Amino acid sequence: MDHAALQHLAQQQWLIPLFPLVAAAIQSLLPRGQRKLSAGLCIVAMGASCILAVRAFLATLGTEHHEVERAFFNFTWFQFGNTHLDMGLLLDPLTAGMAVMVAFVGFWIFVNATGYMAEDDNFTRFFCFQSLFAASMLGLVVSNNLLLLYICWELVGLCSYLLIGFWYFKPAAAAAMKKAFITTRIGDVGFFLGILMLYWKTGTLNLYTADHTGALEQAGALAHLAGWWGLSAASTIAFLLFIGALGKSAQFPLHVWLPDAMEGPTPVSALIHAATMVAAGVFMVGRMFPLFTAEPGNWVMDFVMWVGCFTAVFSATIAVAQFDIKRVLAYSTCSQLGFMVMALGAGSLAAGQFHLLTHAFFKALLFLGSGCVIIGTHHEQDMRKMGGLKKYMPITFWCYLIGMLALCGVPPFAGFFSKDEVLLETFRRSKVAWGLATFAAFLTAFYMTRQMFMVFAGKWRGGQPDHGHGHADHDTPDDHGSGHHGGEPHEVSWNMWLPLVVLSAFAIGLGFFSQQYGQYLGVEGGEAPEGKALVMGSSVAVGALGILLGWLIYGRRTMEHATEEDPLSASLGVLFTVLNRKWYIDELYEVTIIRFTAVCGVFLRLFDKLVVDGILHAIAWSFWGVSQLFRWLGDEFFINGGFDSSCESVRLGGKTLAKLQSGRVQNYFRVLSLGAAILLLIYFFT
Amino acid sequence: MNIPLDHYLMLSAFLFAIGLCGALSRKNAIIVLIGIEIMFNAGILNLIAFWHYKYFTSVTAQMFAIFAISIAAAESAIGLALVIAVYRHYKSVDVDEMASLKG
Repeated sequence: MDHAALQHLAQQQWLIPLFPLVAAAIQSLLPRGQRKLSAGLCIVAMGASCILAVRAFLATLGTEHHEVERAFFNFTWFQFGNTHLDMGLLLDPLTAGMAVMVAFVGFWIFVNATGYMAEDDNFTRFFCFQSLFAASMLGLVVSNNLLLLYICWELVGLCSYLLIGFWYFKPAAAAAMKKAFITTRIGDVGFFLGILMLYWKTGTLNLYTADHTGALEQAGALAHLAGWWGLSAASTIAFLLFIGALGKSAQFPLHVWLPDAMEGPTPVSALIHAATMVAAGVFMVGRMFPLFTAEPGNWVMDFVMWVGCFTAVFSATIAVAQFDIKRVLAYSTCSQLGFMVMALGAGSLAAGQFHLLTHAFFKALLFLGSGCVIIGTHHEQDMRKMGGLKKYMPITFWCYLIGMLALCGVPPFAGFFSKDEVLLETFRRSKVAWGLATFAAFLTAFYMTRQMFMVFAGKWRGGQPDHGHGHADHDTPDDHGSGHHGGEPHEVSWNMWLPLVVLSAFAIGLGFFSQQYGQYLGVEGGEAPEGKALVMGSSVAVGALGILLGWLIYGRRTMEHATEEDPLSASLGVLFTVLNRKWYIDELYEVTIIRFTAVCGVFLRLFDKLVVDGILHAIAWSFWGVSQLFRWLGDEFFINGGFDSSCESVRLGGKTLAKLQSGRVQNYFRVLSLGAAILLLIYFFT
Repeated sequence: MNIPLDHYLMLSAFLFAIGLCGALSRKNAIIVLIGIEIMFNAGILNLIAFWHYKYFTSVTAQMFAIFAISIAAAESAIGLALVIAVYRHYKSVDVDEMASLKG
């Protein structure tokens, strides 16, 4: 593929987000009854985007030389004076791979959503938001400009807000949407500061430009400029940008929104957790990677790595003690994002991004699978009330199993390769972080095994026909009618399981391309570093150990009743409760940050009431007094008085004259005759 | 028999005064119309009298008189039609009640 053709394709990158955007625009005008049209439009638009993304992806492949093929298309958005704001589109391996993933996974999530949302009243609204969500994410991916990226970044945040709170009449959903929005906004402040500083230092927000003055191309120069906190400008900007990624990709300490995002419909969870929202943060770090690596040997990269590492372990421990099927997956997402961030922090773009891609496929698979389970069990989310679903939902079971094995890092599956890369890169950088990450991998295998056994093994524990609807979230709008299918779980319809099957294929096969992906991104790797065998061996070993332990605790004797105590709870005691309550982070934030903010709020309110309002009121009262004075003296007396009296006299005159116009013809005639008589008399006697 | 011009003029003025009184004082719209007609005819009589004593050779005044008579006829026809229309509306031909342009 020669460069001119690539350039041509880069100019057409805007078409990729355009299709879902147009679909969303049309759907926002559709009446609520147009379900088929809405879903069809959405899926077709996504399919079109996917085809375009694949076309762009294929064009970036097939280069023999190691130089990265990169084409971009910049244009001026608007101009005022000598300043002009640019926008740009980019086509390079990172973008192309990401766009294909987003469009492809998004497409299958949409297909699944047609089943999941089938009984919802606001079907068209849902698809409208989802389409916009996908469009903004694709826009984020193809942008060659930090401003455009930021706009799309915020749009992604907005859409996730709208979709998490899709069932806004549920108080939990309304709270979750606000939490997600506000928490990510905290990170966005950092991101915005980073953008401002980048513009300040480089004078451009374009990432790459034709004359090599793009923001990323100046990274080397920025590394020699002084920034803040004893860092170079490049590292300072990188740090600020990373704060944004911290919020978006749900890293500790801003991870709290992600598990609560489970309140949204399950396809949304899949979209947020796999293809769009959280991927945006990691992708952005990957996109801005030259800034992160510009100045070697500073603490920013270590910070990134340790945040990732800590999040990976921390979230994995929480996932062990959750009972909600989606919540386990949510913490698992946090944990996996930690792996990606850790890999980036360890200096490996390829490992982080590759794990992002494979994770997107198998996590979307797992989430859609959990959605199928939830529909199949009539909106049950508590794993204690499931069980034995292998018998009822075989297709979902096998696909879920593949996703689970991929997540656990069992050898031939995708997760093994990508996680292995991550661990290997971390191993080179820091042995301690590697150890912790390996422990997180062990926990991952353990909690996924626990989930598998609780959900699919044993016998069906919930849903006797008599209390089939006794569960908590009875108020979901798409609740099945009572007695619809009895209490028995059932396999879901084809449009729900087909995406699982497709994604399963990728969860199995994608891992084999890990080496190629590294070369594709233009990252030199290849030579086997020392410790590869150790890392790989330990990774497989802890995976197997986790699964084994999971089987020992949950598999040998499955739960009999929904009310039975978790076997882990018995052995871990208080620790289990702590884990179940997520290390009390929410409570900690409640008593520290939120309480502090509330106290500040009360104080500020008092200040506002007493001081600000006092001053304002004093000013207002004095003006009121002056104006009263003017009113009495000037206005009332002179102006109003003069005006009123002249009005009155005009009115009086009118009244008098109106009497002449009585309408009595004879009166007029009399006056006329009298006048004529007077004229005659004047004529005769003068 | 020679009647001087003064007599004609006196008659004409008298007729005009009668007509004016009728038109100004009576309430019945038809009587008012009759009064107007009398005034009209007083004027025509005046015109003819002057013609007869001063411009006998010309026919212009005669023509004007005939025009004025025919116009007076048309005017009285319209006037009567209006009176009938007013009567249908108000059930009365009292001119004092016809003080409004509103239907």
